[in-house]
Amino acid sequence: MNTLAPDAFDTSVARIDSRKVKLDVRELDFYYGKTHSLKGVSIPFAQQSVTALIGPSGCGKSTLLRTMNRMYDLYPGQKATGSILLDGEDILRPGVNLTKLRARVGMVFQKPTPFPMSIYDNVAFGVRLYERLGKADMDARVEDSLRRAALWDEVKDKLRASGLSLSGGQQQRLCVARGIAVRPEVLLLDEPTSALDPISSAKLEETVTQLKTDYTIVIVTHNLGQAARVSDYTGFMYLGELVEFGETAGMFTKPATKRASDYITGRFG
Amino acid sequence: MVEHTVRAYDEELEALTAELSRMGGLAEVEVGEAIRAIARRDVALAHGVIDRDARLDEIEAEIERRAIRLIALRQPVADDLRRTVAALKISMNLERCGDLAKNIAKRALVIAESDPLTPLTRSIERMGELVAGRLKDVLDALAARDLERARAVWQRDQEVDEHYDSIFRELLTYMMGDPRTIASCAHLLFVAKNLERIGDHATNIAEIIVYEITGEHLTDQRPKLDTIGR
Repeated sequence: MNTLAPDAFDTSVARIDSRKVKLDVRELDFYYGKTHSLKGVSIPFAQQSVTALIGPSGCGKSTLLRTMNRMYDLYPGQKATGSILLDGEDILRPGVNLTKLRARVGMVFQKPTPFPMSIYDNVAFGVRLYERLGKADMDARVEDSLRRAALWDEVKDKLRASGLSLSGGQQQRLCVARGIAVRPEVLLLDEPTSALDPISSAKLEETVTQLKTDYTIVIVTHNLGQAARVSDYTGFMYLGELVEFGETAGMFTKPATKRASDYITGRFG
Repeated sequence: MVEHTVRAYDEELEALTAELSRMGGLAEVEVGEAIRAIARRDVALAHGVIDRDARLDEIEAEIERRAIRLIALRQPVADDLRRTVAALKISMNLERCGDLAKNIAKRALVIAESDPLTPLTRSIERMGELVAGRLKDVLDALAARDLERARAVWQRDQEVDEHYDSIFRELLTYMMGDPRTIASCAHLLFVAKNLERIGDHATNIAEIIVYEITGEHLTDQRPKLDTIGR
């Protein structure tokens, strides 16, 4: 019997060409009050690529996502140390304009969060915060965003209908359209299909694949098949640490660490 | 190996492996008896080999069915995926070994009707033992998931080629010396060729085992002799 599997404490983080890195997380620690929930996490996110973050519940993947547009700043007692470089600039340092940051780094949540307004206004809402566009330009921006989110054909005849009248899957793609309407550089997706049926999930996955030509996308997912399908890189997290990071095809055929292998093959714990 | 959280998954993988080792055992018997049928001019043995080949085909179909079902229902990844794909590929190689053994057995029936060519048959038998030994080694490596043993089989690929080359020359000498032996010699040449190919399948299986265990392909050029026989 040959046991090639590394021991249970091994980690393996692949390097990627620094010219391709859009967002570079370095030695990140995160605390919810006294709870140390991210421990020295260093992970690069490549531009024009999809990176999936996987791991069991509570491993810190959503927390990591929330640090990248400083969503945690909204909550008292939460603290991040280390650095997160967006195009080389540390977004964790004080004095960063959070409104501008969140326009550059957009986020879509687990549950669809349409605003109680028309489909059109849902998409235009964010744009109006940052830009003054004439009607024709705004119409074009709304259409472009809905097309990119693969929703246009389903809603083009009812743009004045309430966003809440859409199905769950459509609402989620509406949120993606809203997210990309402000032309962010990075799109963070936190389990975006966990509440969707398989067809809607497939459409969203297709949307993600289309979007990566222009964006850096990070997706947190519990669905390993989805991680395998949509991502170029995968990071496996466990107990607040990044255990393994590398190309998705490698991770799913030949994981480098025992913990990642046990997790993706369904042998965990 | 830690067990899967879903136990039925482990059971399905185990069943696939069990089926494969059953197939390996049968293929080994087929090859061994085909060689003995040639060596001993044993017609009954040859018929047995021919009749049992259908069984190998059935097991191959069964392994394919199980592997496809496993891929569809479990979506295996990492070592589970490599194990499943390896089972599929190894079963195909074993099925080919069975076909080649059957072909050798059919030729044994024809050869048994002509005068014995004892020294030649001895050479074929020695080559057959070498090939059967390689098949046994590689199947043992499979059962024990023994990487070194699989690598060793892969590295000794050349020995069979050397045997084949020398038998080829020996057969030419016979045929030129006594044209009445040409028919039997031609059959024996095919037997040697079939044995050489069984040896190649053993090498393929060794490569598949190495991939299954390590996730890496053996990239070096396989040690190979020019067997055109110039």
